[in-house]
Amino acid sequence: MKSILEKNSFQPKDPKPCQNLMGTYLEASFNWVNDRFPVLDMWNQHIAKYYAPKNFNIWYIFGSLALLILVNQLITGIWLTMNYQPSAESAFASVEYIMRDVPYGWLLRYMHSTGASFFFIVVYLHMFRGLLYGSYRKPRELVWLIGMMIFLCLMAEAFLGYLLPWGNMSFWGAQVITSLFGAIPWVGDMLLEWMRGDYTISSVTLNRFFALHVIAVPLMFVGLVVFHILALHEVGSNNPDGVEIKDKLNEAGVPLDGIPFHPYYTVKDLMWVAVFLIIFCAVVFFAPEMGGYFLEAANFEPADALKTPEHIAPVWYMTPYYAILRAIPNKLGGVIAMFSAIAVFFFLPWLDRSPVKSIRYKGILYKIALGLFVICFVLLGYLGTKQPTPMSTIITQVASVVYFGFFVLMPWYSRIDKTKPVPERIS
Amino acid sequence: MLRKVWLVVIFWLLPLIVISQEVPPFDKVQIDRTDLASLQRGAHTYMNYCAGCHSLKYVRYNTMAQDIGIVNSQGQILDALVKQTLLFTGDKLTATIETAMPADLAANWFGKAPPDLSLVARSRGNDWLYNYLRGFYPDPKRPWGVNNYVFPDVAMPDVLEHLQQTLSVAAYNTAMADLVNFLDYIAEPHKLERERLGVWVLIFLGIFLIFTVLLKKEYWKDVH
Repeated sequence: MKSILEKNSFQPKDPKPCQNLMGTYLEASFNWVNDRFPVLDMWNQHIAKYYAPKNFNIWYIFGSLALLILVNQLITGIWLTMNYQPSAESAFASVEYIMRDVPYGWLLRYMHSTGASFFFIVVYLHMFRGLLYGSYRKPRELVWLIGMMIFLCLMAEAFLGYLLPWGNMSFWGAQVITSLFGAIPWVGDMLLEWMRGDYTISSVTLNRFFALHVIAVPLMFVGLVVFHILALHEVGSNNPDGVEIKDKLNEAGVPLDGIPFHPYYTVKDLMWVAVFLIIFCAVVFFAPEMGGYFLEAANFEPADALKTPEHIAPVWYMTPYYAILRAIPNKLGGVIAMFSAIAVFFFLPWLDRSPVKSIRYKGILYKIALGLFVICFVLLGYLGTKQPTPMSTIITQVASVVYFGFFVLMPWYSRIDKTKPVPERIS
Repeated sequence: MLRKVWLVVIFWLLPLIVISQEVPPFDKVQIDRTDLASLQRGAHTYMNYCAGCHSLKYVRYNTMAQDIGIVNSQGQILDALVKQTLLFTGDKLTATIETAMPADLAANWFGKAPPDLSLVARSRGNDWLYNYLRGFYPDPKRPWGVNNYVFPDVAMPDVLEHLQQTLSVAAYNTAMADLVNFLDYIAEPHKLERERLGVWVLIFLGIFLIFTVLLKKEYWKDVH
């Protein structure tokens, strides 16, 4: 291990004189910058000498993958913006212009639309990893909270971006979701008008959604991602055993069970990036509509205020919350339940009273609770895409109760759960 | 290792559990986007029977002619042939495919202006179109004397009646499949290019994966 470390560590101030002129200039330039900006320090602190637990499993790739998709969304988004026109008259036509006349415009658009769905897949799995191994527990509460704020940004970004193609589902989806704010007593109608900038979804709404989608939310998003990583690197990564590697250091102050992020996890993540890209590109090139779940059929018709789609449902990644909204017969109650379903995640670090972090050492109660939660989450997501029937409404209501039960009862079942002893070190 | 790969594949595919659509009891249409003759026949039917009312406003005549192979051996568009067989409005070849019918009058005549069909194959689906085009039946209660099994109380008259009467059932079905093929092309002109490019991208990524696996193994040899 030592040998590879030495071979790969960045050593710009190599005592050996550079053989060629080019190398000398490069080194001189690097030193010039490094004397004025902490390039080397940052590289070491966050990559080359950031010690991560050596036992990361498959669940630990989704953070890197989420970052990859963020970059994909930013880059394809910039190029889409070059040809997209945010107005009710030309938005739909400009998307078709991108799809047909802009060279490889179809590829940019499919990468962006597929990226949106994959962002949610990856982020949901990333969050589930947190639930599995207690990554939200002390001292990582702030990492979790910042992460949840990123999740809110992601939902806002997806919702805002969904209006931009100005298809009929874009229009009616935005109509329905914004109208939820109208359920708030006293200020509802005012708030609604303020959000839409009009009495209905219109060109004014489209313009402001565009501004928020391409500037405001991405700025917050990127800032929060930086904070997320800084906070993580301050406290160090958790791992599938939930053991703090910083508790056992060698003479040099390096965690005994830690390995430098670079090269070990850079090459490992690169491998999983390749796997991810194969799946991602298979969808982009062979099933960009994903059977109507990534790109909905009704959205290939332009927005029409006089023609409501037969069945209005948000894109799949929002449907669990949409199902919870519909489960409650009262509109205001539904809206409160829907937002609570997301808000409740913020309290997770303080709801979990188990003496252990990882599911490996937790007892049967947590395993059952988490299993039920996952089943209900998927079930809610599925039913959220369908027209409600009396039977499905009852199932949705039960699933919603279980969903909230997972969080609300956690202080109780996590405390009485029979846990296993946690090892001193990673085995 | 292999077990882990399977695990991740399963987790990636989890959302697919949700993706199980009910299939309507439609006849399936068999189309082949690489069959240029079929696309040309479809274009001919469209321009003669549909284009009078339904525009394809995101498509240009010359792009369409190029894509469906109305070109000479040097790949140049056969302008005269396109004007003679497909372009009846007096527009230039570079124009988009519009209809001459004013939308407000059309709305008066039919109750609703005939929609643009550039994306109909994606919003409705090919099977829906194939069944719709073969679904007209006489119904004296309707203003045009016809109704449709697939689209009840449709505002459109049965403009294909002439074809239906002159062609055999098999020939009519083929003509409609050609028309659906053409509309599928119109809805996503770059589909074939997309799939062709996708194969190369996946081959590249497959090779890339092999190297990244070897790289990872080499580095992780000394982690215990």
